[in-house]
Amino acid sequence: MSVISLNIGLILAATLFSIGLTGVLIRRNIIFILMSVEIMLNAAGLAFVAGGARWGSPDGQVMFIFILAVAAAEVSVGLALVLLMFRKFGSLDADLIGKTGADRDAGEIT
Amino acid sequence: MNTLLYIAGFVAVMATLMTITRSNPVHALLYLIVSLLSVALVFFILGAPFIAALEIIIYAGAVMVLFVFVVIMLNTGRAAMEQEKQWLNPALWVGPASLSAVLLGELVYVFGSGDSVIKPVVMSTPAQVGAALLGPYLLGVELASMLLLAGLVAAFHLGRRESAVDGKEGSA
Repeated sequence: MSVISLNIGLILAATLFSIGLTGVLIRRNIIFILMSVEIMLNAAGLAFVAGGARWGSPDGQVMFIFILAVAAAEVSVGLALVLLMFRKFGSLDADLIGKTGADRDAGEIT
Repeated sequence: MNTLLYIAGFVAVMATLMTITRSNPVHALLYLIVSLLSVALVFFILGAPFIAALEIIIYAGAVMVLFVFVVIMLNTGRAAMEQEKQWLNPALWVGPASLSAVLLGELVYVFGSGDSVIKPVVMSTPAQVGAALLGPYLLGVELASMLLLAGLVAAFHLGRRESAVDGKEGSA
């Protein structure tokens, strides 16, 4: 069997998680925010698999399957909410939805 | 094998960076699929072939296709892309990005400072994963099934009510 350095897996997971976190913080389009959340979940799963490879046990892979289930449920509900939001407000701006009706009207006028 | 791991990791990081900086959602989704495929290769190198297959089938297949369909259905057009470019000015992203970079530096320091574990890859076969999944983790499987059912019901409810309202408006 080949020999690899297993810290690389954890460092890659940390890098992907940080990029996903940056995406959540800097984007205003709700679809990009959902995609960044997917990146973060995937990075967490990568950390689990790297840990499982470190100890040579399948437990990390089992946790990845659970993360997969959580991500699938999250994305189905999230995308349904995005569709609802776009039909109701005609925009994907996450900041717009946080405002109350009066603020939103004022923002549109100015 | 190590070289392969570095290359796959580099491609994953680059594609993910492109994902969060694109203004066209379809381009971002395609970059995200590239990133997920290279992470699947990393899984394969780490000795998890079953997880690599699941990553491709469920993440790059099902979830990303769901995203693509939603982006096509929304069809926000060129004006939204221009607005997206305006939102991506440096004044908005420098602060959060530098904070994330500090976090990344700390994490890399922690993972890099420990004694580097260099050991042969132990491959966990799908049979071993399945035995663990339906053995000690059976309760987790049941909970995941309930979570997925809740997700299904919620997505159905959210999608259905709006279409019923649309139907009323259309007939009125």
